[in-house]
Amino acid sequence: MNFLFSHRRVRGLLAIVPAHERSFVDEMANFNFPRARSLKLKEVMGYGRHRLVDGDVCVSDLACFGLEKLFENGLLKREGLDALVVVTQSPDYFMPPTSSVIHGRMGLEKDMLCLDINQGCAGFVMGLMQSFLLLDQPSIGSVALINADVLSRKVSSKDRNSYPLIGDAASIAIIERSEDPAPIHANLMTDGARREALMIPAGGFRLPASAETAVLHDDGENNLRALDHLCMDGAAVFNFVQVEVPPMIEALLEFAGTTSADIDYFLFHQPNRFMLHKLAERMKVPYEKMPANVVEHYGNSSGVTIPVAITHNLGKRMVSKEVRACLAGFGTGLTWASMLLKLGPLDFCELVEFS
Amino acid sequence: MTRIEEILKGIRPEFDFANSQDFLADGMLDSFDMVTLVSELDQHFCISIAGIDIVPENFRSIPSIQNLLGKYGVQ
Repeated sequence: MNFLFSHRRVRGLLAIVPAHERSFVDEMANFNFPRARSLKLKEVMGYGRHRLVDGDVCVSDLACFGLEKLFENGLLKREGLDALVVVTQSPDYFMPPTSSVIHGRMGLEKDMLCLDINQGCAGFVMGLMQSFLLLDQPSIGSVALINADVLSRKVSSKDRNSYPLIGDAASIAIIERSEDPAPIHANLMTDGARREALMIPAGGFRLPASAETAVLHDDGENNLRALDHLCMDGAAVFNFVQVEVPPMIEALLEFAGTTSADIDYFLFHQPNRFMLHKLAERMKVPYEKMPANVVEHYGNSSGVTIPVAITHNLGKRMVSKEVRACLAGFGTGLTWASMLLKLGPLDFCELVEFS
Repeated sequence: MTRIEEILKGIRPEFDFANSQDFLADGMLDSFDMVTLVSELDQHFCISIAGIDIVPENFRSIPSIQNLLGKYGVQ
């Protein structure tokens, strides 16, 4: 499904990562695998360090920390916000929505729309689409798009398939109208038939959390996890990405009447280095144009890896420069989405540590 | 021992790959070992196995790996 927007811009971007850094080498002893085998995988996948929240830190804690920073530094006016869109798979509560929690904690105005979207690795791109749509309303002039996840709290520390790559993070993108009529092209696909490839089986209403769902079991590959934990069918997800993403980008470029040579950066969701390099090779995109270093520095924080990739790799350059970017997210749902847009110059583009 | 066997042994030294017809069913390779194997085959044979070819069917046995490598011009 194609989407077309114009007169929209990202005004600024802030990424927030937990200050506490863990290292794969230090954690290897947790996994039921020989050291040599884990080290080989480290090299291939790009496992290095990752940032995880401590204790009971929630999405709203990371988001409020970031918003407070923007208010303090005069980069965002408390009274100027018309909508708060929160994209997360790890809400503070089932109810109320995390956007309401953030709204209340920050003391925001009542004349405002708050909206939660339950999405994962495609969540940042979907959040941008939703924010652009909200700006069709004359009463909405500024949207704070918050994408945040603390999924490490739902990953077994004895699951070598998921734990080494998981990361927690949040991002705040300020979305506004623009005078620039340049088109923004986007597309999105969903395949709910493959929804079980990436899921947390227990804890919702279908299978409530219980003593039974907390019991660790061996998945047959020496990983120990419970039904309460995130479960990823690695082979199915890998194949999904390699089969679906390149044609999606090809279709997007065709829709926009452009070619990959005209794109400065392919800022994709960051599952791991191996998967991104294989995508780059298939799409004939130089590695330099497709950053693949987020997992080794911060871990995979679902959709938030796109803003983390932008702030980590382009950072201050985005404050003075304009780049033609192709964003893409792909994961739970299964959902895959991409967008071609001009990014920058931004009022701010920074990565900060939460402590 | 063929070069493919040597690479497989390097990843899982405890198994005898020559005597298995299905490494995955026999529990000799898991999905993450497959990724390591692809990386080592890429490096050793100076090829780049496409992501769409990284499916279990291509890594079940030595003949299936040979067949895959043949697609990339490795004899």
